[in-house]
Amino acid sequence: MTRYLIPLFAFIVLAAFLLVGLTLNPRQVPSPLIDKPAPVFQLNHLHGPDKVMTSEDNLGKVWLLNVWASWCVACRDEHPLLVQLANSGIVPIYGLNYKDENTTAMQWLKRYGDPYTISVVDPNGRVGIDYGVYGVPETYVIDKKGIIRHKQIGPVTVDSLQKTIIPLIIELQRQA
Amino acid sequence: MNFSQLLKNYGRYDLLTSYRLGSVKGLIILLLLIFIVPSSAWSKEAIPVAEDPEIEKRMLALTMDLRCLVCQNESIADSRADFSNDIRREIRTQIKANKSDQEIIQFLVDRYGDFVLYNPPMKPTTILLWFGPVALFVVGLGSLVVYLRRRREQIEEVSLSETELKKAEALLNDNKGKNV
Repeated sequence: MTRYLIPLFAFIVLAAFLLVGLTLNPRQVPSPLIDKPAPVFQLNHLHGPDKVMTSEDNLGKVWLLNVWASWCVACRDEHPLLVQLANSGIVPIYGLNYKDENTTAMQWLKRYGDPYTISVVDPNGRVGIDYGVYGVPETYVIDKKGIIRHKQIGPVTVDSLQKTIIPLIIELQRQA
Repeated sequence: MNFSQLLKNYGRYDLLTSYRLGSVKGLIILLLLIFIVPSSAWSKEAIPVAEDPEIEKRMLALTMDLRCLVCQNESIADSRADFSNDIRREIRTQIKANKSDQEIIQFLVDRYGDFVLYNPPMKPTTILLWFGPVALFVVGLGSLVVYLRRRREQIEEVSLSETELKKAEALLNDNKGKNV
């Protein structure tokens, strides 16, 4: 009896591993930057290239950094949600315009709405490397001390906003 | 043999007929077109690989062992993804700034995690990765040995009877000289 049960058992274990493997997303590479200080940047505004924003300007408040580009298709999916989130006034959203053309980027915002308090320009993606960006869109939740608390890889969804991002923001805002 | 037959023999017939040129005249027109239209019309100027072959060599050696996060089964050295382009450029810049290989790899691990390394470090979380295959091999070898031993115990030596021996001898003699 056991000589038949052992292969069956081995098969079930293997199948269970494979089944779990199917549900994992290999594109979601966990970021080593979680709970580390947000990399410092100094970038020009998209609207008003003579103005400079640094990441330290936002110390003392919880904010979102959303990496976006006009050439990015998935950004269009999440964009209405970002506009709604910005209008709700829960949290300020800052945009990192990643490897884009300024004029097309501004046209894109005019067309789909501009949820960003400020959008800064990263023309060659150098700041993107510091933040470990490997695809657009990506969204970072940064706390009052300038620590990255969460990274959303890929577009934000209603689900990810409701279950993870907004509860986290509210909790972080309560902290001193 | 006419010209189109000749071309057929050389396997070029389809190419030319697709231009609707079957005759010698047509071929001449085609050749003229090829040589007269300036070749620069379809060739771009080659992008310089790098100013410094030394830097390029080090960069390639480094990126060979790094994983492209966009096309995950390719190394950064092989990948044509934008991401890999950017990382290669960044590594060149860092080599120029006299950073050591160790520092450059640490720079990337700090940003992208151990996942960028094709050669992962030994850590509590990677023990299974490092020793899993060895453990499986040992388990496999062990069960093979156990199986073979058990089988040997089950086999009994049985001696042949007189008639069986004769039969076997007859069979062997039967094949003599037949070169089977």
